[in-house]
Amino acid sequence: MAVLINGFLGHKYSHDLAGRIAFGSVGLSFLCALTVFMGVMADPTPREVIAYSWIFGGDLHVNLGFLIDPLSAVMLMVVTGVGFLIHVYSVGYMHGEEGFTRFFVYMNLFMVSMLLLVMGNNYLVLFIGWEGVGLCSYLLIGYYFHKVSAAKAATKAFVVNRIGDAGFLLAIFLMFVNFKTLDYTKALANVGQLSTEMATAIALCLLVGAIGKSAQIPLYTWLPDAMEGPTPVSALIHAATMVTAGVYMVVRNHVLFDMAPVAMATVGIIGGLTALFAATIGLVQNDIKRVLAYSTVSQLGYMFLACGVGAYTAAIFHLVTHAFFKALLFLSAGAVIHSLNGEQDIRKMGGLSKKIPITYKVFLIGTLAIAGIPPLAGFWSKDEIMAHAFVNHYYVLYLFAAIGAFLTSFYMFRLTYLTFYGQSRVDPEVDKHIHESPPMMTVPLMVLAGLAILGGFMGVPPEHGWLHGFLASVATPLGAVPHEVSMGTLMGLMAVAISIALGGWGLAHYMYSVKPGMADEWSERYAGAYRTFLNKYWVDELYDAIIVEPCKRLGQIWDWFDQNVIDRFIRGIGHGADASGAGITWTEKHVIYAGLNVVGYANHLLAWSWRKLQTGMVHHYAAVIVIGLFILVHFLFVWLLGTSVL
Amino acid sequence: MSIPLADLVTILPECLVVLAACVLFVLDPVMPASKKDFLAWMCVGTLVVCFFITAAGMGEKTFAFSNLVVVDSYASFWKLLLYVVSGMTILLSIGYLKEERIDLAEFYGFIMLSLTGMMIMVSGSDLLVIYLGIELMSISLYIMCGFKRFEAKSIEASAKYFILGAFSSGLLLYGISLIFGAAGSTQLVEIAAAVNARGLDDPLVLIAMMLIIVGFAFKVAAVPFHMWTPDVYQGAPTTVTAFMAVASKAASFAAFLRVLLEGFGGVKPNWSGLILGMCILTLILGNIVAIVQTNIKRMLAYSSIAHAGYALIGVVVAGWMGTGAGVASAGVSSIMLYLAIYSFMTMGAFAMVAILRRGGLEGEELDDFTGLAKRHKGAAFLMMLFMISLAGIPPTAGFIGKFYLFMAAVNAGLTWLAVVGLVFAAVSAFYYLRVVMVMYMREPSSEQELETRLALSPTAMVVLAFAVAGVVFLGVYPGPLVSIATSSALPLP
Repeated sequence: MAVLINGFLGHKYSHDLAGRIAFGSVGLSFLCALTVFMGVMADPTPREVIAYSWIFGGDLHVNLGFLIDPLSAVMLMVVTGVGFLIHVYSVGYMHGEEGFTRFFVYMNLFMVSMLLLVMGNNYLVLFIGWEGVGLCSYLLIGYYFHKVSAAKAATKAFVVNRIGDAGFLLAIFLMFVNFKTLDYTKALANVGQLSTEMATAIALCLLVGAIGKSAQIPLYTWLPDAMEGPTPVSALIHAATMVTAGVYMVVRNHVLFDMAPVAMATVGIIGGLTALFAATIGLVQNDIKRVLAYSTVSQLGYMFLACGVGAYTAAIFHLVTHAFFKALLFLSAGAVIHSLNGEQDIRKMGGLSKKIPITYKVFLIGTLAIAGIPPLAGFWSKDEIMAHAFVNHYYVLYLFAAIGAFLTSFYMFRLTYLTFYGQSRVDPEVDKHIHESPPMMTVPLMVLAGLAILGGFMGVPPEHGWLHGFLASVATPLGAVPHEVSMGTLMGLMAVAISIALGGWGLAHYMYSVKPGMADEWSERYAGAYRTFLNKYWVDELYDAIIVEPCKRLGQIWDWFDQNVIDRFIRGIGHGADASGAGITWTEKHVIYAGLNVVGYANHLLAWSWRKLQTGMVHHYAAVIVIGLFILVHFLFVWLLGTSVL
Repeated sequence: MSIPLADLVTILPECLVVLAACVLFVLDPVMPASKKDFLAWMCVGTLVVCFFITAAGMGEKTFAFSNLVVVDSYASFWKLLLYVVSGMTILLSIGYLKEERIDLAEFYGFIMLSLTGMMIMVSGSDLLVIYLGIELMSISLYIMCGFKRFEAKSIEASAKYFILGAFSSGLLLYGISLIFGAAGSTQLVEIAAAVNARGLDDPLVLIAMMLIIVGFAFKVAAVPFHMWTPDVYQGAPTTVTAFMAVASKAASFAAFLRVLLEGFGGVKPNWSGLILGMCILTLILGNIVAIVQTNIKRMLAYSSIAHAGYALIGVVVAGWMGTGAGVASAGVSSIMLYLAIYSFMTMGAFAMVAILRRGGLEGEELDDFTGLAKRHKGAAFLMMLFMISLAGIPPTAGFIGKFYLFMAAVNAGLTWLAVVGLVFAAVSAFYYLRVVMVMYMREPSSEQELETRLALSPTAMVVLAFAVAGVVFLGVYPGPLVSIATSSALPLP
């Protein structure tokens, strides 16, 4: 097994340089994953493979090893399977783009990191993969490097993620301090020794990492901006795989969360809020990819909500189905953009259903799936999450989820209607060139569409589907009391879910198909809400104003201080002292002179002119040292002797 | 008076290095200009020999010159690191000095002398010997800073460094004389006894300790004694900057730790509290100010201040109240590990600055790196690797270094300090990745494309290869280095 896994990792590395056959290597790894998966199906006991001893010394001993159990097997299938389809699609999509090879190098690097992430047998390997996917995401968002917005979005994504990572790393440290090991199996087996407080602390730190990577409130702002990257990247990284890493991590550590009710509740609340919040923003966006991005944030919210109510299997179920239909939606959105020569604004689309019929059909399937229309995939998984919230008495979360589901259905059908129905609003110039995408792109779309239709059946019947049995050993909440819910309740909830989905569809149909003018009317009538949604609650601006700008300004001030103020200020004093014999007038002149200099040198580049250098400056650095020394001595005196030197 | 042969054997590497320097200074005037490279190679050869001598003696603990000098694994670890770094500096300088038209062979001689000073620092078990080492190191560095003697910046850096350095040496020496008054000796062992007996209630001990801490804080560029760093780093020739940022910092940390732990071990809680304050200030200032820099050398100067801040976390851990010997020694070994890793990545980053040229000048502005990925794929990739490592992102070595330091802090119960470190490590990604962004995501102007080139000499390639190997290998397989660092950490009182 070790040979197998390392074999395909190594294989992929060697093919990195030969971008064009990259998808071949991913396909091969998919086949390997399939074999592994079959193996796990036959025998679901977890098994570990240690590649080599990675860090040792002191009491810290970490192996670079892999753990294959049902959970990682499912993730493996999703990552390699969807990844493979997206790679195939990318070959068509990126054809003729500059830096084709570079693109596939990054994509494959991403696949390697992602596989490390899901297969690692300890937290450190998970963390390596975690940072690796972040780095690849950074590189791929900034792929169109001539776009300034792309470069900015890339940096933003990375820095926001790093904040989350800091939390994750802290959790790793705490875990090591408590367990003296970083292996999942050993650490999680000993969770029982922890006090509830410590478990809560660790779980919350993990959660910080998860919300950073999975774009939950309050660290979600990077994901919509990440849409600056090429569309297959959005599909692979920012919809199907990387962003679900947070969910994977929570499920992997569910034992910890089970022990910490506070952390658990936090997960649920964050998930519920995000599901609703992002859906409202999605209602009014006009960029086809941004709508999908907010929908991703919202769907991830559902997965967190599921974790929060202890429905880990449902979370993974939704993760899988979401990977299918969201990859499908993104890729077909990419096909639309491709055929419209790069147009992303849905106000400049419309009436496309005749011109690109295949894309239209698969997009519609994706929409039906995400909106929760049975029997497509999204219905089963979303319904299961909502049912869990309901039967476990989290009624508020249920309400959030229900409203979110209604909004989801609405904005997805809005997107479909605006893009594919009604009058064509396409630029006449572009209109002439509209064409269906090549088979290289449409075939993966059709496969994904098939998965989006059928994928839900692995979780049917609810609670007792195939997936539930498969994941039972790894995703059953600790100390859960299996309570049988009457079939009637379940059916009732299902009926509610269906009517919600149909309601959203109906409203969208009415607003955008029956009475097309109505949407504009509403946006004027509720201008306040409309603008708030359109501007995403001004959260970006808020973060800029309270975090980014002050930080930068502090840096500038300090830099300027280092370069100017101290020199000038002390020079003024120094001169004053030197000249005390020469009379007060002289001193004043120089102090004022120094003061003027402070203003004059505000522009620090000017201040850099070395001609202005005077030996005086050095004294003043020295003076700072003396002052520093004096302060330190003083503190120590006060501290130790209780007396002041002064 | 005769010097026992055994003592000379103990300090054989030091003798060899000095000898090489002397031979160099003698040969320099008589060698034809075209053969000067030979002298550089002679120095590198000496270093290789010394490396093997020191490595062979690892694990023993020998005193020499009536306990003035000690050669233990701790000293040997640092010496090995210093050989590598000095060798890299020399190799990098061979091409660089020619580009800058300052290819005088005495440059290598100064590096060797400075290295001798550092070796004495890490081996000294007597404050005066350590002081001598510091002076030998510093005086050579002052001269090297001013080596671009046609540039005002360089002369200024030299003068500034000299005056401030002399000043801080003065403080240090004053501290040493005070502690001599209290202990009647400058030997660390005697000092430890006196400190234990008198405690800090004695103002003499207290002030002496403060002065010594300030003297060292200046050398490692900890806030608020960092003021010299940006100006000097920016003005000095780039290879000298690299040497200062790496070797002199490592040696200073080594001596600093030895003095604190062996000399002032009895009052650990007191100094660790103070250093904690410095550490936090250093982290904040170094990282925040680096964000707004537009000159890479200056940015790296602030980054080196920030890295000193991370390393100080280890010092705090080593002295923290109530930590067991195991945890405290983990603090020491994590500093050793951190600085070893830091050496490779910083050396690499400065090497890139040194070989990138724009017109007749060095490409030291951030702007000069614009679109580097378009023109020189390999160079841009290496620079990216160093930046990623400096930011502490796995799987590079920088991550391992930070991981151990923060882990040591958490083990010592200083979780909140680890949080501070982590937050600033996250902030640091911002300015390191800006370099990556500029290289990969901006188009170079046509004028820039014409003007910039890589002055890549074969020896510089060797240096880069070393640095990359360090950054990647130590990231993927840090085991051996970790176990060496752990086993050679200072035995704690």
